[in-house]
Amino acid sequence: MLIDALTLQLGYNATLVALGAAALGLAAGTVGAFLFLRQRALVSDAISHSTLPGLACAFLLMVAFGGEGRNLAGLMAGSAVSAWLGLWLTAWLTRRTRLSEDAAIGAVLSVFFGLGVVLLTVIQTMSAGRQAGLESFLLGSTAGMLQSDALLIAAGGALTLTATLLLRRPLLMIAFDEGYAAQRGLSVHAFDMALMTLVMAVTVTGLKIVGLILIVALLIIPPVAARFWTDRAERVALLAGVLGGAAGYAGAAISATAPQLPTGPIIVLTAFAFFTLSLIAAPGRGVMASLLRHRRLQHRVHLRQGLLALAHGQPVYEDLTRRMLRARGLLRADGVPTAKGRARAAEEALDEARWQELRRAPQLSELAARDDGLTRIEDILTRDQIAAIDARLGPRGAVA
Amino acid sequence: MLIGTLAAMACALPGNFLLLRRQALIGDAISHTVLPGIVVAFLVTGTIAAVPMMLGAAGAALVAVVLIEAIRRLGRVEPGAAMGVVFTAMFAGGVLLLEQTDTASVHLDVEHALYGNLESLIWLDGFSWSALTDPAALATLPPELGRMAAALVVVAAATWLFWRPLKLATFDEAFARTLGLPVTLISLGIVTMAALAAVAAFDAVGSIIVIAMFICPPACARLMTNRLEHQVTWSLGFATLSAVLGYVLAGYGPLWLGNTASVSAAGMIATVSGALLGLAALFGPHRRG
Repeated sequence: MLIDALTLQLGYNATLVALGAAALGLAAGTVGAFLFLRQRALVSDAISHSTLPGLACAFLLMVAFGGEGRNLAGLMAGSAVSAWLGLWLTAWLTRRTRLSEDAAIGAVLSVFFGLGVVLLTVIQTMSAGRQAGLESFLLGSTAGMLQSDALLIAAGGALTLTATLLLRRPLLMIAFDEGYAAQRGLSVHAFDMALMTLVMAVTVTGLKIVGLILIVALLIIPPVAARFWTDRAERVALLAGVLGGAAGYAGAAISATAPQLPTGPIIVLTAFAFFTLSLIAAPGRGVMASLLRHRRLQHRVHLRQGLLALAHGQPVYEDLTRRMLRARGLLRADGVPTAKGRARAAEEALDEARWQELRRAPQLSELAARDDGLTRIEDILTRDQIAAIDARLGPRGAVA
Repeated sequence: MLIGTLAAMACALPGNFLLLRRQALIGDAISHTVLPGIVVAFLVTGTIAAVPMMLGAAGAALVAVVLIEAIRRLGRVEPGAAMGVVFTAMFAGGVLLLEQTDTASVHLDVEHALYGNLESLIWLDGFSWSALTDPAALATLPPELGRMAAALVVVAAATWLFWRPLKLATFDEAFARTLGLPVTLISLGIVTMAALAAVAAFDAVGSIIVIAMFICPPACARLMTNRLEHQVTWSLGFATLSAVLGYVLAGYGPLWLGNTASVSAAGMIATVSGALLGLAALFGPHRRG
């Protein structure tokens, strides 16, 4: 069943939805990456919530002019207008008053959403225009999606994606160094607005599939997940697009397999699964990787301390250290070092003595700063330098 | 109407501190994450009784706060993005659970959770003042009123008790730390207060009004005065004003316009609070930072 869905064998409508969702996810992930790099991820929250009153107004208008209230293109236009208004208000509140940006975002999103709900209840009391499907815009619904709707969504996604790719250089420059970008003659404000317009376009496009509350997830989660895998901004954007597209595609496919699996939440949860995977497994920034790093470091410290203790003829009490020494055949079960253990211990002790001498040697002492207690001195000094140190060590070099 | 007012005040109070600490969107995150908690509580207990609901919601809020912190620390993700990841995912989970189970039939549907349902909480017997002394009529008071009042009392008491440390920790965290104040504990306490207010208000009035009340009245008040004491007072006033005005407009506004049905009260309250904020932003005496 799931295989069928993933390979688009589940009928025409499911195929349509899956492809549309993939296009949307691709666009949302890419645009979201720039938003994320600009550290303004939550602006998308304000934008998405403020589409609601526009949606309702567009519906009312279309009904007033005798049309059918559920024309997707009309509803999208209306939500774009009110999203733009919300965006402008957020910017205005942040710039003209002393409220911080998050307060402005919160105020705009809650007030616009409240207004939208008021308008929705107005619509509910009307009988004209088949209002029944309007609530589905809150959480997204793909049941009853027409081919023209899917094409509209795919086209919107593609358009946004293209525009994002065209604008990527200035957007990246602004994200990383606003001051430098301004000096180069870029209008930071204009490009910020361009970015916001792109976000708005994605939001409006995604209303039908994931709903206005959950579209935020598609803008935020893929970029955050992508960030774990790479440090390069272009790759973050690329990867975020891929992850978003995959989440949209897989989510839509999964939700097509059963009637009570709503599309929007499934897509979001698929994206979240990608995020969790990235958080745990990503090389470099992932939790597993840093745990492994930590363990390796811990082991090296224990081994070295254990060997130094052996060299000074002290018994090793620490449990982990004993186990590690034994596993490497350096220590017998009764705590007596083996021949190999004694040799390694002598090596470590010599290394330690050389380090101490290095700290005393005036011409080399700046190198001593590189002593982290783990690095072998052979890795830093040349053979000649070591010989010089050994010569200084001379009479006391008995440990070797 | 009384419930709306109480809810607005209970949310506005901790909202003041969240606003000043630039954590205003925590309210947003909490009110979204409450949903899965409520659904899980329903699935476990099978009832829509108040206590398990509140516990579930509070649990979910706590889980969300812990998750946000964990993602922020473990993944070195910027706080806004971490918040966005957690609350959308949890909300999606809540919606999915709702759709998977038949909870939709027992007045626990998504729209109710979002819009709130102030209209249904009408005290049928409360049409005259004498009802206030009549025990039979008092017994039919909606239970949300009592709960909301209790939440407000708890939040207010906590604010009053910890006023000085709260103020210090909000304005000068480093100084507060040198005084030996448990700063982390205090910020956790503020979030807990916010969660308590959100959960209690969510139950009664839905999540939009919660977010609106967390942010708008304190933001208005911030534009009106420079002193924290005055700001808190102003914010309570704004909260009450938006609740009353919003409720009246929702109930009677359409009648004046010749319409018969009323509109969503919670939505109207949020709208009014936004209008107030707009006025404050245009004419308030302390607009610039």
